[in-house]
This record gives sequence, C-alpha cells and structure tokens, in this order.
Amino acid sequence: MLILNCPCCGVTAEETEFHAGGEAHLKRFGPDSSKEDFENYMFMRQNPKGVHLERWRHNNGCGKWFHAARCTMTLEVFGTYSAQTYEPPKEICDLISAKRPGWSWGAFS
Amino acid sequence: MKRYSAFAIAREATRYHSGWERAWRAPEPKTKYDAIIIGAGGHGLATAYYLGKNFGITNVAIIEKGWLGGGNTGRNTTIIRSNYLQDPSAAIYEKSRSLYETMSQDLNYNVMFSPRGVIMLAQTHHEVRGYQRTAHANALQGVPTEWINPQRVKELCPIINLEGPRYPVLGGLWQARGGTARHDAVAWGYARACSDMGMDVIQQCEVTNIRREGGKVVGVDTTKGAIDCDKLGIVVAGHSGDLANMAGFRLPLESVALQALVSEPIKPAMDVVIMANTVHGYLSQSDKGEMVIGGGTDGYNNYTQRGSFHHVEETVRALNETFPMLSRLKMLRQWGGIVDVTGDRSPILSKTPVDGVFINCGWGTGGFKAIPGSGWAMAELMAKGHSPLTDEFGMERFIEGRFIDESVAAGVAH
Ligand SMILES: Cc1cc2nc3c(=O)[nH]c(=O)nc-3n(C[C@H](O)[C@H](O)[C@H](O)COP(=O)(O)OP(=O)(O)OC[C@H]3O[C@@H](n4cnc5c(N)ncnc54)[C@H](O)[C@@H]3O)c2cc1C
Ligand SMILES: [Zn+2]
Repeated sequence: MLILNCPCCGVTAEETEFHAGGEAHLKRFGPDSSKEDFENYMFMRQNPKGVHLERWRHNNGCGKWFHAARCTMTLEVFGTYSAQTYEPPKEICDLISAKRPGWSWGAFS
Repeated sequence: MKRYSAFAIAREATRYHSGWERAWRAPEPKTKYDAIIIGAGGHGLATAYYLGKNFGITNVAIIEKGWLGGGNTGRNTTIIRSNYLQDPSAAIYEKSRSLYETMSQDLNYNVMFSPRGVIMLAQTHHEVRGYQRTAHANALQGVPTEWINPQRVKELCPIINLEGPRYPVLGGLWQARGGTARHDAVAWGYARACSDMGMDVIQQCEVTNIRREGGKVVGVDTTKGAIDCDKLGIVVAGHSGDLANMAGFRLPLESVALQALVSEPIKPAMDVVIMANTVHGYLSQSDKGEMVIGGGTDGYNNYTQRGSFHHVEETVRALNETFPMLSRLKMLRQWGGIVDVTGDRSPILSKTPVDGVFINCGWGTGGFKAIPGSGWAMAELMAKGHSPLTDEFGMERFIEGRFIDESVAAGVAH
C-alpha cells in the first residue's frame, strides 16, 4: 500500500484515494510529427527497474493531477510534485539522488 | 533419460523408489552456444524445446536468474483458452491449446491438462455484444466456442448466482475445450525434455549485459561469467524492458503486478473455469480443492512481485455476489507476479534492432495458455527468421499502427 501526498491540496493518504496515470514528462506529438516521435509518445515507455517519475490523480480528493517519484524495485515514494513542469524540480532530484547515488533524470537511453 | 510409465512406477515400488533419476542436469555454462535463451519460464523453455525438436538445434542454453518456472509461469491461475477476437491471436492461441492436448504424451510428463471448459461471463450489455461478436469471429476462425444463455451457465456451474443486483449474469461465451493445466509441471516437463536433448538449463545465473559487435549479438555477461552465442532469445516477461535496455532498444510495454489467491481446500464444487471480466475476477477449483482466484492488475509500474491488498479485496468482494458460497471460505495464500502489458494487449514475437536478438514478451496477464504455441512459433522465428504465426506480432506494428487489439477479448483476461 503506497502512501502519497497530494501537492495540490496537501492531503496525505493511502493509494486507494489516488489513481495511477503512467509515466510522467512524456512529450506530446501531434498530427504533423514523425512516425517515430508519435510511436515514442504513444507506446514506448521507460518502464525502469528503479526510479520512476509518474503521474497520479487525486481521484477521491481534490481531483487534480500531480507527479510522484517512486522506486519500482522497493515501492519507496521519494516525493511528489506539481504536474505543471516539464522536468522534475531540483528538490525532487536531490531527494532521489540522496537515496540512489548516481541517479540522474534522462539517463535512461 | 528413463521414461516415466506405469511400469516404471511398479519397478520403483519394488525397490523403495531408489531408482528415480534427476529430472534435469545442473550444468555449468559452456563458453559458447549456438543459441541462448534468457528466461527459464514456460515460454523460454518451450522455445528451446522446439528449437531442438523441430529444427535440430540442440547446442542451446536456457539461462535463468532464479529457479526455473519461478516467474509468472509458477504464479498464474493456469486458465487455458483460445477464444480471442483477432485472427492472428486465434491462430497462435489455438495452436497452443491444441498442443496442450498432447503435451503430457509429447513430453512424457503429466502436465495434468484438464479441458474442463471455460465460461466468460457477460454481466453487462456491452459484454453480451462483445462476446457474441467473439463467438462469430471464432466460428470463422474454426475455433469452437458458443454463446450460451444464463440457464445453461447455471447448469454448467450450479454454485453461481444469476440474479446479482449489481452484476446479473446475462449469458456467457463457452469454450468447452478450454481448461487448466499444472503450471509447474509444464515448466518441469519442458526442462526435462530440453536437458534430455543435451541442452543446458542454467539456474541461479542472471544475465547482466548483452554484448554486441557491429550491430550483431555476440554473447551475454552473466553472474556465472561471459557466454558467447550466435543467436539470443529474450523471453523474460516482466523484465523484458530491462533486457531490451541492455541490448540498446526500447519496448512498448509496462510492467505491473498481477495478483492471485487460493482458499482453503473444499470438496468439489465447481468443475468449469469461470471468468468474470466486468468485476476483474476469475475462478476455478484446483485438484486439491482450493478455489483459485485471480484479479485485475495493479495500476502502477512495479517489479516487486507483490501488489496492493485493496485489489485482492475488490476482486473477492465482487466475486462474492456472483458466488455467495465464497464468502464462507478462508483464504490461505496470496501472491503476485510481474506482467508485461503492451498497448494493444497482444504479445510481441519479433526480431529486434540488434541482429541475432529475438524477443518474445508482452503476454501480460494471459500467456500461460500460450506457452506451447509461443515456443513453437518463436523457435521457427529464431531458426528461419520468420514464422507465419509470429508475422503479425512484430514490434514494428506499433509504428505502423497495425494493432492486434485484444483489449475487448482479453480485458483483464487470463
Ligand atoms: C497472478 C497471475 C495470474 C495469471 N493467470 C493466467 C491465466 O490464468 N492464464 C494464462 O494464460 N496466463 C496467466 N497469467 C500470465 C502468465 O503467467 C504469463 O503470461 C506467462 O507465465 C509468462 O511466461 P514467461 O515464460 O514468458 O515468463 P516467466 O515465467 O515470468 O519467466 C521469465 C523468466 O525470466 C527470468 N529472468 C528475468 N530476468 C532475467 C535475467 N536478467 N537473467 C536471467 N533470467 C531472467 C525470470 O526469473 C523468470 O523465471 C497470469 C499471471 C499472473 C502473474
Ligand atoms: Zn489533492
């Protein structure tokens, strides 16, 4: 059972209040983009063993979307942050790096 | 290999069962193989078996980081059926189901295949239409299935409650030749047969890197040292993304936990398999008498082989309405496996951007039933470069938009 903090309304609750929304920071591609870009956006996922940046919705609460940094190997939640950003903020990266030395965002090839 | 037979049992009975030999060898890796298969789950072992049996390629190693069959193959609820919607699916799943019918004889190993019949319940009008459509598609594909009314469902499964207020039973899709098999035995039977052909099943050996030269695979690094190969099959289910990363490409799938649980054993109460996709629950009774229950996947990416408790609770709560007798049962064990789910809920059997590397993954929540068919097809793909059974399942289908959409027929499905 995950425990998450919603950065939109400040509530900390069990995962049953939330709904997982998959990988965060996907770059969206529209009609005129290349096939590869569109495939990447639609289907390709990092699916990492380890740190995963992901979207969640506070379904049974304020209803808003936010982002979380979580480890898929231990289920540890490093922190949550606003969805209004293209990349994880420095505080979150620092929290993750403290626990997972050497980690860096976008290191996945 | 000494064959198993009634005669062998009689012989051993006269000498305190001292003559049974080990079912497979425990070899150390050689420096080089013609083909390496990563992952000794059902699909990896079946691939190796058919490489040997159908193509005479026996200089093969199957490398497993844990114990053979310890992944999803030993964790699933063993439902076998082939009533899918799309033609490419029907072809490979029906091939697979038919191979299950003779598997015990082929492998000389009792896999306890039990074609007891599978009902997929329709509990919403949407499902009624969906399954009637599937029944028609199956008729065209030559896969015998039948749309049945609620009374027939009740005849086949007397413990069911048709008049649930939330989830009434409106009918079902019946595949009389579907059923279950003993999951461990499937892995063990293939491992024994592979070992007998001279293949090396290497357990407790994790692949940590895939070595390439000039866009072609040359070998793997493992916790037991480097091993060279000409061809490599990646058959690791939930860990496919990790292995693909080692080989330098990405996959259109995500790994999530899927859970199952069993009750205390009771007397025979149900001799068919029931799937209730609206409530994400499915049910069968094992030979030991346990009610075997599976649910839907957890929502988030996960590699821990355990899921969240509330999913189990939701599954059981919903099934209780349709099977009131379940509410009196104690649940004994609960566990999870990591399943690899693709965007169209169909598997990937494919060449990859790396020459000599083939991948078989994406079976997600429903690949136990596919083990023999998938191994058959994957072996052909690896030996000949293509197979009529895998042609449609290449990973390029996502870029080309040629999906094999089974999200209706497969749904939660198993
Ligand atoms: C709870 C549950 C219920 C299910 N119910 C059904 C059902 O009723 N019917 C059905 O048809 N299907 C069902 N499935 C799905 C089915 O179990 C899988 O699709 C199938 O078993 C996959 O087999 P596999 O051989 O591909 O994978 P696995 O059996 O998972 O084997 C993959 C192997 O690869 C190994 N591996 C991973 N990484 C490495 C590495 N780096 N080096 C070496 N080895 C590695 C793993 O240890 C593992 O043993 C269910 C799954 C679950 C979890
Ligand atoms: Zn909130």
